[in-house]
Amino acid sequence: MSLKDIIAPFSVWKRVFEKPYTNKKPIDTRPGAPRYRGFHVNDLDTCIGCGTCEEICQNVAIDMVPVRETRHGDSGLRPKMDYGRCCWCALCVDICPSGSLGMSNEYLWVDGDPEVFRFIPGHDEKSWNDSELGYRRAEGYDLLEGSRVPMPMLSVEESQKSFVEMVQGYSKEQAKAEADRCIACGICVATCPAHMQVPEYIKAIRDDDMVEGLRIVYQANPLPASCGRVCSHACEYVCAMKHKGEAISIRWLKRYIVDQIYLGEYSKILHECEPDNGKKVAIIGSGPGGLSAAYYLRLLGYAVTIYDANEKAGGMLRYGIPEYRLPYDQVEKDIEFIASLGVEFRQNARIGVDVDFLDIYGHNDAVFFSTGLSDPFGLDIAGEDLPGVVSGLDLLADVTHGKTPDIGSSVVVVGGGNVAMDAARTSRRYGAEVTILYRRREADMPADSEEIHEARGEGCEIVVQAIPLRIEKGTDTRLMLYWGKAEMVSDGPGKRPRPVLIEGSEEVIACDTVIPAIGQAADLTFLPQDIASRLVGKRGYVEVDEFHRTPVAKIYAGGDIANPKRDAISAIANGHSAAKGIDIYLGNFQD
Amino acid sequence: MVETVKYDPRSKFPPVDANSGKSVYNLLSGKYMKVWQGPQHPGITGNMSLELTVCGDEIIDCKTHVGYLHRGFEKLMERRRYIQCFPLVCRICVPEPDFNEYLFAEGTEELAGIEIPEKARWYRALTLEMARLASFLMWIGGQAAAFGMGTIGQWTVTMRDYVLDLFEELSGGRIYHMYIIPGGVRADLPAGFALRVEQTLAQIWKVLDDVELALMYNAVFKKRAMGLGVITPSIVDEYGITGPNARGSGIQRDIRKDNPYLVYDQLEFSIVTETGGDAYARTWVRLRETRQSIDLIRQMLEIMPTSGPFFQKLPNVLHWKIPGGQTYKKAECTRGEYGFFMVSDGTELPRRIYVRGPSYTHAVTLMEKLAVNVNIADTAGLMVSLHTYPPEIER
Repeated sequence: MSLKDIIAPFSVWKRVFEKPYTNKKPIDTRPGAPRYRGFHVNDLDTCIGCGTCEEICQNVAIDMVPVRETRHGDSGLRPKMDYGRCCWCALCVDICPSGSLGMSNEYLWVDGDPEVFRFIPGHDEKSWNDSELGYRRAEGYDLLEGSRVPMPMLSVEESQKSFVEMVQGYSKEQAKAEADRCIACGICVATCPAHMQVPEYIKAIRDDDMVEGLRIVYQANPLPASCGRVCSHACEYVCAMKHKGEAISIRWLKRYIVDQIYLGEYSKILHECEPDNGKKVAIIGSGPGGLSAAYYLRLLGYAVTIYDANEKAGGMLRYGIPEYRLPYDQVEKDIEFIASLGVEFRQNARIGVDVDFLDIYGHNDAVFFSTGLSDPFGLDIAGEDLPGVVSGLDLLADVTHGKTPDIGSSVVVVGGGNVAMDAARTSRRYGAEVTILYRRREADMPADSEEIHEARGEGCEIVVQAIPLRIEKGTDTRLMLYWGKAEMVSDGPGKRPRPVLIEGSEEVIACDTVIPAIGQAADLTFLPQDIASRLVGKRGYVEVDEFHRTPVAKIYAGGDIANPKRDAISAIANGHSAAKGIDIYLGNFQD
Repeated sequence: MVETVKYDPRSKFPPVDANSGKSVYNLLSGKYMKVWQGPQHPGITGNMSLELTVCGDEIIDCKTHVGYLHRGFEKLMERRRYIQCFPLVCRICVPEPDFNEYLFAEGTEELAGIEIPEKARWYRALTLEMARLASFLMWIGGQAAAFGMGTIGQWTVTMRDYVLDLFEELSGGRIYHMYIIPGGVRADLPAGFALRVEQTLAQIWKVLDDVELALMYNAVFKKRAMGLGVITPSIVDEYGITGPNARGSGIQRDIRKDNPYLVYDQLEFSIVTETGGDAYARTWVRLRETRQSIDLIRQMLEIMPTSGPFFQKLPNVLHWKIPGGQTYKKAECTRGEYGFFMVSDGTELPRRIYVRGPSYTHAVTLMEKLAVNVNIADTAGLMVSLHTYPPEIER
């Protein structure tokens, strides 16, 4: 103890003259820092209601509540915050795949009513709704992976020469890494026509449990080997991860599961059929719709017979899709399992020719038909009956039958759908120079974008806004295709622009073969006239209810003839719901 | 620095039982009285209670009671995914949350086999030193206020607020920063951050000068703190004493030196020690360590890398399964050794996370020993001189 110890403390007096440190509220306000984790903001238009914020919130402070209308890719739900629970960690902001959720730098909110502190950011009027400041996920920091694991593919040089499957499939590590990206929001489930439990089977891949994966897949889709390759994957268009970068490759993950299990193992894994219930169902057409209905009806114990006009079962899966996209053995795998359950296949049985429809109708308790669209549209121009004009479907069917198509060395494909791309790329594999004519813009092409991309990669030339005018006999080549340029004319807002021929423009392509692939119609001539007239409703579709029951008793229909989506997975979904409908109708339904 | 123990055993002190070593007294004799101190305290020692048996104004027995803050974090974490534990851990210690974040992240990374970028290591060390600084500034306030010198507390708590401003700017939160996340840190330094840090540090340095004058060379403080709560080197290991409490007794022990983590092996500093072992010596240790923190922050800002990533991509955190294993991670916080013992059983949820808060040994067992023979008016000062934060006693 010294004198200093007595005097030194008096030094505090010098601070008497200092300004106070505190803010004088309410005169002074102190805004939160630019990164401040304050009240939430949400851009309702960007938000897709995936619920990942709710999923990660460890305080259970977020509830997803209905705000918008549900549509594809948007659950219509939006997060509702409970500020009695929120701990302001901002993990919800970090994980938000659409990037809609953020936090403002506002931190003062005084109210006597505790209920108001549960609110829907962006929906409820708040002063901070448009705040630019506040916490956002920083550049360089991300809890989710936006890019897809690349799929091993055959090189273009190889693929354009062979019918070997282009997509080679994921390895275990690749599949697991891809499956790991999934946030299991389930938006895909809502969008899939068959409502496949996508997050569950992706989880099975993560857990390396293929048996469970196959079980989940077969709950809603009895053709997974085919669907895992050629599904139109509506799910991937709405995948929440697409908002971050690339969608999860749901289709290829499904394929991965199926590829891991031999057909011989299936019967040990999947449900056994219920005992025969003594009822008979006839199915006309062995495409995806028919096969799906057959599978689910057989599981329920029905005796199922499939009638099909072709040599082998599979419908468009076999005859409409080229081998390099869907190898025949994979179609075979799906069909063989269905056949192994005791479904009877009657191939080469054309209804109306080999078998009488009324005979089938009379001898079965119910009839389901999904005969698809087998009647190609013509080009409706002069010269389309010349030799060398062959429809895309016929060309693809010929190839499946093992015939070498007589296409010469140059081919023009007319159309922009998947059949057109298939026909073009098949022709390319036979060594022909291929030009694709399409009357609208490339963005309007109904074909999958990857198909268009790959077709071009393989050397097909794509000419858009081109309308075929007439076909004439050629001199050096078999044919001459005359075509005119089109301009896009708007029909008003919200409507698709229409291609209109520019008068006087005319160009010519010398070619050996012209392949029209501009769509196809249903061929219902096998039905007796009185039944057919009662079945067909507006726009040429067969009229069905939610269980795919037609206006005629005992007759159910599905697939492309009854479904404007016109893809395999919709047909599969139709077959499944028709099976349920038939089961209910025949009084065997057990919930 | 100090020569004698402040209080001599006096005649009224009850006899000590030879077997148990505890005082033997009869509460009904009228000579003794039970006093409950807490769970609200005059100082900033947090929510815990002392059950004191006093004779006159002298404590003859002390029992500590905790449980007022129990939130069950360790158990809660067993039911949460790893990423969901991240916002929880910081709450284990309110005034210095970053050590929880850091140790949890480090443990998770080690179990999962993740290597974080170099820049993230510097940012983590910077955050930890800033947290130490904030924690010390708050402690000075408590230590001074416990002996009736509230003014000093006002200065240093203001300074702490300026550090919190920096945290707010860096992480978006003042108290719970939630900045150190498994994989690295959540954001880069804001533009001009180093400059504002330096301004704040300079301001704090000046205030520390004033604090030294007003506190350390203060007859009142010296009179009351010297000889109070003497920790002899012999009990340091026996009682598991770490941090400034051990260093105040002349033990050279600092995890930053002994087992350097992050970037501490690239920084220049030495272990601060005092030999007195009493509250006064500990105050000196802490004051010097406050300056040491400032110095370390300056060093780091000077040599830390300015470019490169600050976050290593993790597997999808929503279903992140961490391979089975266990690890113990420790770091030197302002109170001593902070540790996280983590066990993973290979699932998405941690099997066990055990938090070693240094306050556990200091505030419970050590306090019970040191309180005996102390004047009742000095308990607040004694508790603060052990620098305890009850939230970390009750995880």
